[in-house]
Amino acid sequence: MALYAQPPTSYSVPTTAPIEHRFNPYSDNGGTILAIAGKDFSVIAGDTRQSEGYSIQTRYARKVWQLTDKVVLATNGFAADGNNFVKRVKQRLEWYEHAHHKPMGLKSIARMIQTILYGKRFFPYYVYNILGGIEEDGSGAVYSFDPVGSYEREACRAAGAAQSLIQPFLDNQVYFKNQQPAPGSAPFVPGNLPLSTILSLVVDSFTSATERHIEVGDGMEIYVVMNRGRNTDDLLGPGILAESMHVEELGALGEGGGEKTFLVTSPLKRD
Amino acid sequence: MNSVLSQLQPPAPHLGLDQEEDEFTSSDPSAWGSMGGFGNLARNGGVQGMSIPRVNDPTAFLDLHTDNMSSNPEAKIKIAHGTTTLAFRFQGGIIVAVDSRATAGSYIASGTVKKVIEINKFLLGTMAGGAADCQYWETYLGMQCRLYELRNKERISVAAASKILSNIVYQYKGMGLSMGTMVCGWDKTGPCIFYVDDDGQRLKGDLFSVGSGSTFAYGVLDQGYRWDLTDEEAQELGRRSIVAAGHRDAYSGNTSNVFHVRENGWEFIGNYDVNELWYEYEVKKKAAREAAAPAASPMAVEA
Repeated sequence: MALYAQPPTSYSVPTTAPIEHRFNPYSDNGGTILAIAGKDFSVIAGDTRQSEGYSIQTRYARKVWQLTDKVVLATNGFAADGNNFVKRVKQRLEWYEHAHHKPMGLKSIARMIQTILYGKRFFPYYVYNILGGIEEDGSGAVYSFDPVGSYEREACRAAGAAQSLIQPFLDNQVYFKNQQPAPGSAPFVPGNLPLSTILSLVVDSFTSATERHIEVGDGMEIYVVMNRGRNTDDLLGPGILAESMHVEELGALGEGGGEKTFLVTSPLKRD
Repeated sequence: MNSVLSQLQPPAPHLGLDQEEDEFTSSDPSAWGSMGGFGNLARNGGVQGMSIPRVNDPTAFLDLHTDNMSSNPEAKIKIAHGTTTLAFRFQGGIIVAVDSRATAGSYIASGTVKKVIEINKFLLGTMAGGAADCQYWETYLGMQCRLYELRNKERISVAAASKILSNIVYQYKGMGLSMGTMVCGWDKTGPCIFYVDDDGQRLKGDLFSVGSGSTFAYGVLDQGYRWDLTDEEAQELGRRSIVAAGHRDAYSGNTSNVFHVRENGWEFIGNYDVNELWYEYEVKKKAAREAAAPAASPMAVEA
């Protein structure tokens, strides 16, 4: 057997220095996610590159997941933890539907994610989560989490490798931080940006992060969740999306309350 | 052959605890039946399924991979940390004032954190230390307080509520929880504040400030504090103390949330931008100086 034929060199060569063994189950797989809430819609996006150190493991790994007809979850950090975490969340959502004959609402999913994450307080999931979707009252919402479950509802949030590149840009463009209205013009009202503007912000965030961060690139997936009855012209109308971008409507997962989810995909630079 | 294989295989991990019981291995139907979907709470209301790494020293593992105990700020998993909080008792009840900054290392993870946790209509908890630890256990405390009400047909005292919390954190002592909290409320005895922290300490008192900015807050608080402060004076003192901390402590700032606890429950007073308030105070200070200077001059025109 090969095992006998060539014993590993470590058996024949005595080691000089002691070898340190410690349990390191974590790795950082790079990538970036972001979400922005609108008045009656929510946009949740992520890039598709997965890397470890300087090597790219794959140019397409999913980081954004449709959970229900009105909720989408984005995960970032350690991909193995992220995938397992999403698997557990989806299973709990299925159990909930069996028990209550209705899908779990956005704010309940947010609280459930807190308890699942905190359940591993002493052996954390190395995952940063951003949850987006439509609240019970029809408004767009974004919830962001730390790895052990502290969470907060916000209007926008970027997480992951390029968080520090994107979040200041979003603060400026979404919350109008450090901006002053021109003399005589109306004051800024945060939270009322039209979908077309938010889509441009998302695309610009990712193309810029791709330019300046080695762990971001390859492709992006943008999920747009719209409240029931909302006009879709500002996404599907002519001239809204660039030619390289592709949009598809995702069919209802459940019985369908009329909310619509669209998946917009676009290539990013691959170098 | 077996001996060769056993040499190649990693040693079996030491099982610090018995086989971990999570929702997948648990035979309790509450984990998946009609109860499925109620967090990680067992039917008895206790917390179940806290998973712990199977290593010799789980606490060292947590310390290695998280910046939780701040002994390892370079760790991969950055847990959001809270910062300046204060609460004091006075003639008109209790003022609770906090900042809203959360930092992960030197990055400002959020400037809009709610560091006052509304346990119920009469109880507030503050957040300093690990954001998740405070949020999770104070929410859990809210559930236990509601159960107490249903069982005893009367509201829980602040003393009892804070003891539920301190007993929980004492159970986890040494495992890396990080929280410094003030449980504030109004009960049969009147306004009441208890300080509870992660090593199980529980203190009753009139005035507390917790967090990295607490020293700066205490400076302003102590010089302005009197029992017979009016409501407005007290709210202003709380606000002013947080501004001082936000100005001098890099880990504090953004905005300040102020709450007032009275006999019929707490009231949210407002959210104030710390930076804007600082400049407001500077302008007032300058105006006061200028108003005082001419009066001292012998050339002043007499009225």
